[in-house]
Amino acid sequence: MSTEVLDQSVPGEINKYDFHTQSKAVFKARKGIDPEIVRQISDIKSEPDWMLQFRLKSLEIFNSKPTPRWGGNISLDFQDIYYYLKPTNEQGKTWDEVPEEIKKTFDRLGIPEAEKKYLSGVKAQFESEVIYGSLKEDLAKQGVIFTDTDSAVREYPDLVRQYFATIIPPADNKFAALNSAVWSGGSFIYVPKGVKIEFPLQAYFRINAESMGQFERTLIIVDEGAQVHYVEGCTAPMYTTESLHSAVVEIVVKKHARCRYTTIQNWANNIYNLVTKRALAYEGALMEWIDGNLGSRLTMKYPSVYMMEPGARGEILSIAFASHGQHQDAGAKLVHCAPDTSGRIISKSISKNGGRASYRGLVKVERGAKRARSNVVCDALILDAKSRSDTYPYIEVDEQNVQLGHEASVSRISEEQLFYLQSRGLSEAEASTMIVSGFIEPLVKELPMEYAVEMNRLIELQMEGSVG
Amino acid sequence: MVALNKPNSMPETLRITNLHVSVGGKPILKGLNLELRRGEVHALMGPNGSGKSTLGYAIAGHPGYDVTEGKIELIDADGKSHDVLEMDPDQRARHGIFLAFQRPMAVPGVKMADFLRHAATNVRRPNRKEGEELIPMREFRQELRSKMEQLKMDPEFARRYVNEGFSGGEMKRAEILQLAMLQPKFAILDETDSGLDADAVRLASQSIAEIGGANMGILIITHHEQLLEHNLPLKTHVMLAGRIVETGGPELAAELHKKGYERIRQAYPEAAEEEKAMTAKEAAGIA
Repeated sequence: MSTEVLDQSVPGEINKYDFHTQSKAVFKARKGIDPEIVRQISDIKSEPDWMLQFRLKSLEIFNSKPTPRWGGNISLDFQDIYYYLKPTNEQGKTWDEVPEEIKKTFDRLGIPEAEKKYLSGVKAQFESEVIYGSLKEDLAKQGVIFTDTDSAVREYPDLVRQYFATIIPPADNKFAALNSAVWSGGSFIYVPKGVKIEFPLQAYFRINAESMGQFERTLIIVDEGAQVHYVEGCTAPMYTTESLHSAVVEIVVKKHARCRYTTIQNWANNIYNLVTKRALAYEGALMEWIDGNLGSRLTMKYPSVYMMEPGARGEILSIAFASHGQHQDAGAKLVHCAPDTSGRIISKSISKNGGRASYRGLVKVERGAKRARSNVVCDALILDAKSRSDTYPYIEVDEQNVQLGHEASVSRISEEQLFYLQSRGLSEAEASTMIVSGFIEPLVKELPMEYAVEMNRLIELQMEGSVG
Repeated sequence: MVALNKPNSMPETLRITNLHVSVGGKPILKGLNLELRRGEVHALMGPNGSGKSTLGYAIAGHPGYDVTEGKIELIDADGKSHDVLEMDPDQRARHGIFLAFQRPMAVPGVKMADFLRHAATNVRRPNRKEGEELIPMREFRQELRSKMEQLKMDPEFARRYVNEGFSGGEMKRAEILQLAMLQPKFAILDETDSGLDADAVRLASQSIAEIGGANMGILIITHHEQLLEHNLPLKTHVMLAGRIVETGGPELAAELHKKGYERIRQAYPEAAEEEKAMTAKEAAGIA
């Protein structure tokens, strides 16, 4: 096995955090997508028939839907992509074999030791047992299920079947259909009634071969009065050999429960990141999405909260950073389906060096959702004349008695701010970085501490070489 | 008192020679000369529009202030000269130049403490490269806390965003805190008393004296004499129409504070004419 540092850098860009590990696959489906491939995937996973039928039906839907023409420019040859790759089970790679360059990048990002090893492809089962073993035991005692979705289909078929694809049906959009046909991996979480998990559950707690992939499928059920904070992925470079990442994340937050889902993702520049994320919040429940998007060629992602019953609340905080050759079409959706529901969207985008950041958001109030309240704030920071920012706020209201607010601002780093900071000894680059960090600070402070630190370091890396 | 002067050496000096500065193509400073040594306090007075703030910005290196002629130098104790005009604003800060802004900029989302830690590290380690370690957090916090205590500032201040939502008085105190943390060799204080009430001015005056000690060369730009109460100026300079027209001692500051600039205008009719012409042009420009 070997690890290599990729150099697919854009001239003038520092891409030292774009790298990947090559792993030998035990099984690799041939390129392209058709019923045979889908059957193969299902077969390898020894899935029940209902899942196979679901996949096949989804494939039909995928084939019947045109590629979206709104948002970003998608030019993908769907027959030129590998849809399934079963990673090897063999162990053997050690931390010592990880190249210095990558270790250094991890150090600069301040990534915890256990996560470093996981990310660099070192099978960290030993460490994970030591560090997280007791924690897993604790969770299990409380009845919490935290596993990968493949295992969940086998081990908790009734629970999975009850909710799977009920929040995001395959027909929702072309990429949800694609994911439904070829999905693999992702997290399954069930938090029983009244159980409050005090620490953030992180994807890398459950370390196994199929934990991460191009088409992962996550399903989270937070039962009545329960509480969970899930942190997906991490800020370290995400590299897949394929150019398409298309995940589906479904969440149900029951009566008076709370769920927070945090994602900070940093994709390599060749990736299309087309993800569907949706949560249903029931009576008095709170759903929060914190979504940070860096890198990728095109990201289209609009985490949404459907407030189904009175008193439900939805909050979406979104950060997007677009640099050279990147288009972030990110945003949020709030759908008020019941009275006395309230929502909030805060979006911050930064574009530099020719990058394009768009906010696309929807606030929808259904008939009968009396006294619904929603507030949208989107701020864009454009770092140079080559870069671009757009705002597409959609509002659909079918109810009289509602309260909606929308504020948008676009700003540039002012010469006066730069001079002020420089006059205190900060270089122009440091001053710009500081202003950008300040710009996203209202969102970064919502992140768990180590992620906030990582986020700031990532911004520093993104800003390097951007001045002078 | 620290004995700064070794035998046969001069105190370090900020020397400004025949300085001409234009803003947006309009000449503001027209041949200004000033020499400030470490350990000296000078007052700089003059009517509005005479170019006091322009001098401050030019020394600090604001990109919008074009130096069209003249020199700004830092002279070492051994007589070696450094060309300040060649330096970027941050290099000037690292060489020990500090400007307390009349209207400091807000930097939303950036905490005072984080900003100051960066600034203090860079100024104390002028050769630090980007990304290198900052002053250790513990050490820095202790120092910041004690400086804030000394200035009678609420510790909460360190956690607020730089100048965001600060009252006029808070901004000025934040500038003094920065002065205390950065310990420059030369400080230009641009109306650090404006927006402060009488008690606050007295506190500011005391604080500046304590911070400056015998080590700092301080140029105090002010319309009043209260800020000078604890910072008795060795020299008081009066500006009119972009030049220093008269230099005296502390008594000159007292006189101008009490009686205004009429005597100066009468004594320097040519400069007074120029002042009139500049004001008229400006009015025409606005109209």
